[in-house]
Amino acid sequence: MFGNLGGFENNLFDEFRHVEQELEWLLGNPSATGNIRSVAKGAYPPINIATNSEQVDVYLFAAGIDPASLDISIQRNILTVKGERKPDEKDRAAGNFYRKERFEGAFHRVVTLPDDVDPEKVEARYTNGVLRIIVMRHEAAKPRQIEIN
Amino acid sequence: MSSDKHVAKSDSTQVEKVPNQNRPIIPAVDIYEDAQGIYLKADMPGVSKNNLDIQINNDTLSINGEMEIPVSERMEALYADIRSKRYQRSFSISRELDSDKIDASLNDGVLTMHIPKRDQFQSRKIEVQVE
Repeated sequence: MFGNLGGFENNLFDEFRHVEQELEWLLGNPSATGNIRSVAKGAYPPINIATNSEQVDVYLFAAGIDPASLDISIQRNILTVKGERKPDEKDRAAGNFYRKERFEGAFHRVVTLPDDVDPEKVEARYTNGVLRIIVMRHEAAKPRQIEIN
Repeated sequence: MSSDKHVAKSDSTQVEKVPNQNRPIIPAVDIYEDAQGIYLKADMPGVSKNNLDIQINNDTLSINGEMEIPVSERMEALYADIRSKRYQRSFSISRELDSDKIDASLNDGVLTMHIPKRDQFQSRKIEVQVE
């Protein structure tokens, strides 16, 4: 049931993961028409996007990153986040790894936001390993009460 | 024909709802060992110290965490890679590891743990006698 901490490749859990991936591939139906910028499930870092009438919030789940290494840019409604996750020197020196699942190296993700975002009004915060980018939407996009005369 | 379609559709939504809400995220880990003990690193973005729970029970080490994400009002999800707020992963640890002396820290969503070996199990260099 549990992976042994000091053992070799854990069979069952990895098998499950593998099966899960295969299923996702099948259920995700890659032959269907998707956004040209969409990426395969499992791309790093995972992203969630939420929106309301005032803003669009993009969350990137990227633990252990130096915020100074992040390069966030927005062109109209295309948001690009580039960065690098460097391995700890001390960890790298250790040769005897049982597992190495954590992402390492450079990453690059591009997100298409709704058309009405204002590229001038963007802010980003990094807390507990989550990068939250808030992009405000243009005034006109907000719902407006129409009065009947 | 149209009723067939309807049945198939309702089935698939049910299948999607149940596992996604409850299935915890399996955090990615790096694990390595040296002469002193085992080092473990786990990615748990969104988890703060208060929402992290590490337990040792009958030689089982379990790591649990709950994400705490600031969300603005009346938000609707547009896209989601992450569909659970919970992290969960367990490992069995063998006897030579000293679970009383586990050292854990959490930094920017990365959990780092060191589980030392008991003194009598620390590896020692064996000198080869040459005659």
